Amino acid sequence: MDTYFTKEHEWVKIKEGIASVGITEYAAHQLGDITFVELPQEGKVVKQFEALAGIESVKAASDIYTPVSGQVVKVNTALEDRPEIVNEAAEDAGWIAWVKVADESELKNLMNREQYEAYVKGLE
Amino acid sequence: MLDVTENAMEELKSTPLLREHEKLKALIAPFGGWNMPIQYEGIIAEHRWCREKAALFDICHMGEFRFRGDITASGLENVFTFSVKGIPVGRSRYGFLLNEQGGVIDDLIVFRLAEDEVMIVVNAATIDKDFAAIRSRLKPDANFLDISAATGKLDLQGPLSRDVLIKAFGGEIQTIPYFKFIRMNILGADAIVSRTGYTGELGYEIFLPAEKAVELWTLLLKDERVKPAGLGARDVLRLEMGYSLYGSDIDEETDPLEAGLSAFVNFDKEFTGKQALLQRQRDGVQRVKVAFQVNSRRSPRHHYEIVHDGTVTGSVTSGVFSPMLGCGIGLGFVKPEAAAVGTPLTIRHGNVSMEAAVVELPFYKGGSLRK
Repeated sequence: MDTYFTKEHEWVKIKEGIASVGITEYAAHQLGDITFVELPQEGKVVKQFEALAGIESVKAASDIYTPVSGQVVKVNTALEDRPEIVNEAAEDAGWIAWVKVADESELKNLMNREQYEAYVKGLE
Repeated sequence: MLDVTENAMEELKSTPLLREHEKLKALIAPFGGWNMPIQYEGIIAEHRWCREKAALFDICHMGEFRFRGDITASGLENVFTFSVKGIPVGRSRYGFLLNEQGGVIDDLIVFRLAEDEVMIVVNAATIDKDFAAIRSRLKPDANFLDISAATGKLDLQGPLSRDVLIKAFGGEIQTIPYFKFIRMNILGADAIVSRTGYTGELGYEIFLPAEKAVELWTLLLKDERVKPAGLGARDVLRLEMGYSLYGSDIDEETDPLEAGLSAFVNFDKEFTGKQALLQRQRDGVQRVKVAFQVNSRRSPRHHYEIVHDGTVTGSVTSGVFSPMLGCGIGLGFVKPEAAAVGTPLTIRHGNVSMEAAVVELPFYKGGSLRK
C-alpha cells in the first residue's frame, strides 16, 4: 500500500476506498510534544487540502489539511487522552481520521515518499 | 536603510555553554537576543524531570549588576518598589523597577551581599535599559557596575537538587532556607548559592565566574539524578506556579497593581512610580490579571481574546498545556467584573474556542519549593 504526502506534511494511505490520514514524522518532530488533537466530526465532508483537524503542541497550534476529498468515517479517539501517540508513531498508531475517498484521481496532486523526502530535505 | 543594516548586523549573543548545548543536540533558538537551548530531550520529559528529580538550566543570559557603597546616600534605597536597606545580609528580595508612570521596566531580585554591597539580578532582554534606569537614579559617584558578562548562572531545580548539591559541594547547602543564599568556594572560585528559582520546586540558583560555567555544568550533569532542561520546560514550570514572565505578562505598559503583584510593592517608602501607583489606586484599575484553567487539553496562547458574557473582556498574556493538571492554563487581563474566582470565560482565537474559569494561584500546588 503506497503512502502519499502533502506539502503541509500530512500522509495518506488508501485501502479499499478508505483513506487513513495523519501527519508525518517530520511534522510531529517539528511540533514537539503534542498536547491536543482536535478530531473532526464523523460524517463531516471535506474537500482536498481543506482543514480537517487541529493539532496543538507545547510550542504551536496548527491545522491538519486533508490530502483527499471525501467523508470522515472514523476518527482516532485514542488521541483524545493520549495525543502523544502522534509523537510516538505519527505514521502508524498516530493516524487522525479515516476518510471515504471521493475521487482517487486526486492522488496525482500529492507526492510519493521519494518526492516528499526530497521536499523535506529542501526545507532543512 | 540604516535601520535594516543595523538589525542585520545585530548578532545573537551566546552563553559560555552554547557548545555544550550543541553537543547535547539541543534545539537552539533566539530568545531575547540570545541563542538559547529551548529543549533537549523534549519539553514535557524535561518538565517532569524537574518536578520529580533535578533539572539543570543554563541561565547565563540573565543580567547581574553590582553596587557598592552607602545604600541610602547613593539613592539606591528609592530605586525599587521594596527597601534594599531592609533586606538582611544573606537574603534576597523580589520586586520591581518602575518608570514614572508606574509601568514595569523590569522584575528583578536584589541580593544583599554585605552592609554596603548588593547584587541585582535582571532579565536578559532588559539588561541595558535596566542599567541605564538604575544608573540615572543613583548619585553620579555611586559604584555601580554591569557584571553580566563576567557572571555565569546555572539553576538546579527539583526535589533532589539539595541532595545533588550536598554530594557535590558539602553539607553547607543543607542550611539554606528559601530566599536566602550563601557564598562559598565552588571549583576554586567565589560563588553564590541561592535558594531561589522559577519552577515551584526546591531549587538553587548558582552564580559563579562565567569561565567556570562549563566546568560546573559538566560536574552537575555527571550526577545521574540531573538532566539538562531548556527554556521550553522552564516556561511551563513557571506558568504552573503563575509566575509572571517579563515581556509577556508584565511590561512598561503594565503596573504591579493591575498585574496582581502589589505584595511586592512597599508603599511605606519612596520609589520611582509611587505617585502614579497611588493615583491608580484612587482611580481604580481598569483591568485585572487573572489565572484561568481551561476545561480541555487545549492551550490558550499569548494574545488570544478573553470573552465574558458574550463580550471581549481582555486577552491572554501567557498560556500553556499543563502536564501536571492535564489541561490548558493561562494568565490574562480582564475587566474587574470578570475577575472573581469561578467566573466562566471563553478563550477565543479565530475558529479556536475553549471554555475556562478563573482560578486561584498557583495552578500546581504539589511543588517541593519550601521542602
